[in-house]
Amino acid sequence: MGREVIVFAEVKNGSLRNVSFEVLNAAKRIHDGGKITAVIFGEQPDSFAELLTSHGADEILVVNNEELTSYTTDAYTQAFISIVEEKKPDVILMPHTASCKDFAPRLASHLSCGLITDCTDVNIENGNIVFTRPIYAGKAFQKREVIDGKIFATIRPNNIPSGLEDSSRTVNKDTMNVNIDNIRTVVKEVVQKATDGVDLSEAKIIVSGGRGVKSTKGFEPIKELAEVLGAAVGASRGACDAEYCDYSLQIGQTGKVVTPDLYIACGISGAIQHLAGMSNSKIIVAINKDPEAPIFDIADFGIVGDLFEVVPMLTEHFRKVINKQAS
Amino acid sequence: MNLLVCLKQTFDTEEKVHIENGKVSEDGAKFVINPYDEYALEEAIQLKEKFGGEVTAITIGTSQAESALRTALAMGADHAVLVNDERLIGDEFTTSKVLAAVMKDKEFDLILSGYMSVDNGGGQSGIRLAEELDIAHVNAITKLEVQGNQVVLERDVEGDVEIIEAELPILITAQQGLNEPRYPSLPGIMKAKRKPIQELKAEDLSIDLDQIQAKTKIIDQVLPPKRQEGRILQGEMNDQVNELVNLLQGEVNING
Repeated sequence: MGREVIVFAEVKNGSLRNVSFEVLNAAKRIHDGGKITAVIFGEQPDSFAELLTSHGADEILVVNNEELTSYTTDAYTQAFISIVEEKKPDVILMPHTASCKDFAPRLASHLSCGLITDCTDVNIENGNIVFTRPIYAGKAFQKREVIDGKIFATIRPNNIPSGLEDSSRTVNKDTMNVNIDNIRTVVKEVVQKATDGVDLSEAKIIVSGGRGVKSTKGFEPIKELAEVLGAAVGASRGACDAEYCDYSLQIGQTGKVVTPDLYIACGISGAIQHLAGMSNSKIIVAINKDPEAPIFDIADFGIVGDLFEVVPMLTEHFRKVINKQAS
Repeated sequence: MNLLVCLKQTFDTEEKVHIENGKVSEDGAKFVINPYDEYALEEAIQLKEKFGGEVTAITIGTSQAESALRTALAMGADHAVLVNDERLIGDEFTTSKVLAAVMKDKEFDLILSGYMSVDNGGGQSGIRLAEELDIAHVNAITKLEVQGNQVVLERDVEGDVEIIEAELPILITAQQGLNEPRYPSLPGIMKAKRKPIQELKAEDLSIDLDQIQAKTKIIDQVLPPKRQEGRILQGEMNDQVNELVNLLQGEVNING
């Protein structure tokens, strides 16, 4: 009989977020032949609809209202209430991004349904849809299923693969206008911070600094390495508490939980609360002066040495390799 | 101002997690107020100090959670409510329904909670509560200013900052960076011992148990797979760095 699935394909700063394809792949695992609809807000380039279709969307639903141009809780919640009323899906899947984290719980309460957030895996087990999600910031994992009402989940970026593309599929597009009124929170301004645009939660590579960087200026070599690798910059709690950098960079059980392909920890000793936030990264590299530092216990590759010597050398080596690839 | 703070007792973040029979073992673990809820509590106390009013700390849990409420009272909360009834324990859907029932009869200008708990990490209960009460919310805030009936907030959005204006009453969830929670003072601790903690059960809240049953179910909890033992590189530093770059090229797509 199949399950009708709605997937939210989020556009940020004019780009379709990569996690959209990962969420579509999650939908493909559980739809059981039912229609997969990708919801996109506003008129977007044709390439977005083509990409979503080739990644598994049976229909692209373009939802229009001026208020959806930028994020507000009320606009996004109201739009989705209309979409759900119209489409009556069995399953709703969204990426676990800042905006979905913000409005998905409201939508779930409005729909009187459950919500399983921050899932890193989804599978069918004994005929049931089972979601896996980290608890204690990744110190353990929980398997959870919906026992009553709609199935609603948010999917953490970088965990479920994107799945294979099939470019022979044809785009099937529908449009819907929604009413939005009474927006209670007004975004006056968005201040871009100095993180150079690579977001920690979706970054494929993260270069992170700890107490070992010793000062705000000590973050410079780390930022340079990150720039060469197209990586995001992170930090340990120690570095944030010492005010070497902003709390928005903190990785750990308090702070962000990340799962990049490559995590380079520089001058980070590896307190339990930091390890919780990054130990599910695919490859971990540790650079630390202290050979006894606990970070080496979970690192795939370790270099015992002074980060101020090692990191600039690493930056130079990578720069050469990347320039060679480009030429 | 009438300030309501929802808080949860959680494992200390320095605790290791052990699993026994598919459940996280709580034996011997040190418990604290969920760090994000502590930011919410501190902010509420600071607002009370500035504008006057009262702070009420509310939690759902067993009698063990009383110690979290004692800490809240010692920090400066005026009242404490413990919902202690295992029929009211469920998932985030249940929790928000129960919290809404507690708050229904209370007057409030601002409700504060952490943006997530460091144990379950769902990040849902506060936001769902706002929907249950039909008030606005702002999630993950790092700054809060009250001007009369208006609030100006800074919200952490994937590293960027949104500056948001809204009106009271509202619910906010606290992100790290909002403030530096105080340690309870000794006189505060002594005074807190004598303050009453109100205990509530389903009957006190006129909750229809059928209406709050969990929508989701935990079927298993497991530890992450153990990482393979890593390798500490040896030799001249330049050779080590060279080797590392070669090793990583084979494993990760590096293209700058």
